[in-house]
Amino acid sequence: MSDFEAILKAYAAAGGNPEFLKSPKIGSLVISGNEVLGLNAIPGLDVRADPLPDGVRVAVRVAPSARIETPVHLCFGVIPEEGVQRILVDYEVGAGASVEFLAHCTFPNALRVQHVMQGTVHVGHGATMRYSEVHYHGETGGIEVLPRLQIRVDEGGRYFSSFSQTKGRAGRIDFDYTVDVDREALAELTAKALGYADDQITVRETIRLNGEGARGLARSRIAVRDRARSEVLATTEGNAPFARGHVDCVEIVRGQAIANAVPVVRVTDDRAQVTHEAAIGTVGKKELETLMSRGLAEEEAVDIIVRGMLG
Amino acid sequence: MRQQTRPGPDQALLQVTDLHVTRDGRPILRGVNLTVMEGSIHAVLGLNGSGKSTLAYALIGSAGYALQRGEIRFAGEDITPLSITERGRLGLTLAWQEPARFEGLSVERYVSLGMREPDLQHVRQALIAVALDPDDYLRRYVDESLSGGERKRVELAAVYAMRPRLAILDEPDSGIDILTLEDISKLIRRMQREGTTVLLISHRDEVVAIADAASLMCEGQVQTTGDPRHVCDRYARCCRPCDRARKVETEYDYERL
Repeated sequence: MSDFEAILKAYAAAGGNPEFLKSPKIGSLVISGNEVLGLNAIPGLDVRADPLPDGVRVAVRVAPSARIETPVHLCFGVIPEEGVQRILVDYEVGAGASVEFLAHCTFPNALRVQHVMQGTVHVGHGATMRYSEVHYHGETGGIEVLPRLQIRVDEGGRYFSSFSQTKGRAGRIDFDYTVDVDREALAELTAKALGYADDQITVRETIRLNGEGARGLARSRIAVRDRARSEVLATTEGNAPFARGHVDCVEIVRGQAIANAVPVVRVTDDRAQVTHEAAIGTVGKKELETLMSRGLAEEEAVDIIVRGMLG
Repeated sequence: MRQQTRPGPDQALLQVTDLHVTRDGRPILRGVNLTVMEGSIHAVLGLNGSGKSTLAYALIGSAGYALQRGEIRFAGEDITPLSITERGRLGLTLAWQEPARFEGLSVERYVSLGMREPDLQHVRQALIAVALDPDDYLRRYVDESLSGGERKRVELAAVYAMRPRLAILDEPDSGIDILTLEDISKLIRRMQREGTTVLLISHRDEVVAIADAASLMCEGQVQTTGDPRHVCDRYARCCRPCDRARKVETEYDYERL
């Protein structure tokens, strides 16, 4: 099996459709370890990928006013059982542009793998960027995933990001996003993760609402069981008039698992408003009994509730 | 799935004998005796705090409602030791007064959960039966985005779609406007026609009018059982002027705990 076929297979295991990575009409990028196995730029979208000793430096440019109608598909993976993959990213979405990225990160055989995603995102004036990242880490837990992004959303821009790891082991996830939101701009961060055995999940989200009328939402949904641990550190700052922010965290805990949530709300302008809600606990009795009274076994009912929450 | 025995018409499907139940150490049911005939619509009427909802939770086997004494027989079988799942599989289920919300669970999936062989057509029919347009609701989520009335209807649709042997409907009319009482009555009669026995819990005597039999509950006991008109009459004459119920906490309060 070629490297490309192997990564396509892993990509499919993570929920991706390999056909998208083969189509010349769809923007795409395929990286396995530190090798760029596929790259397809389309009008309005420029993608550059330069190999590093332990990863790849990626620069993505969306031209001002460009409307990329079809989602751009990205695949990052490590097929061997051991290795380090460092992806240094720089996304630049030009003013008035619109683009959606669907990224699948797949490490199906990981015994000792570290994946670092580090970089910057700039969403220009009035532009919209959607970024969905779906992870599959296999069943061994031998993976460390460290996404670190600094994001800037200019006036009137909109940034939506979704991080999802809901199949297989999480391993160790340490997620750290910081967003600066300008005037009348919007940022929504969603993180969903499932941990079991001795997985460790840390979600750090910071939204700084710096411009007048800026809006932000940090949303996390985590489910842990066995001896897994999760921690959500969500900070939202209201630093400008009429800024509106909200932190929404739900963690479901079962077995010997431990979950922490630390929502921090900081307001430096008396016309801003930031709210938070955090719920940690086991599955609600009423939800559980409702499904059980339809004849579902307890584990089946819990699974449906957790799967629903994790989307 | 358990093998179900059929008592047949004119036989008791549910027999509750001397049921004593406590909640957080406080006695709520104080010796309930109740017989529900197979194929009937049986109403349980009573003021808030009389123990109606506690009876419903005890019948389905809800945790936290400690059975101190008594017996619940369903289709001739003592189900007292059975779990809520086992009772559900026997065909005993409940439409909650204030149904739970489920993030990320679609109406289509939720309604089909109790069906032995889920099929979309049956789910659509169940939604139509509660006056919800399937095209508008199938893909919606059973979460906070539904209004209280919509959520109640989805709950009734889910219970109807399950085709249980005994459906306990706890205040099915609460949170739904008066104009749709007729819809609910039609649904209950339809459930009866299709083989479901209905235990209808309410504090409103106009809902009880569709029942074949009714029982009046007060202070954790069934005071009387008989013709719904007579029971409603006694409820109107004796219970409404009575303020005893106000001295105890309501089931709603317990539910919120």
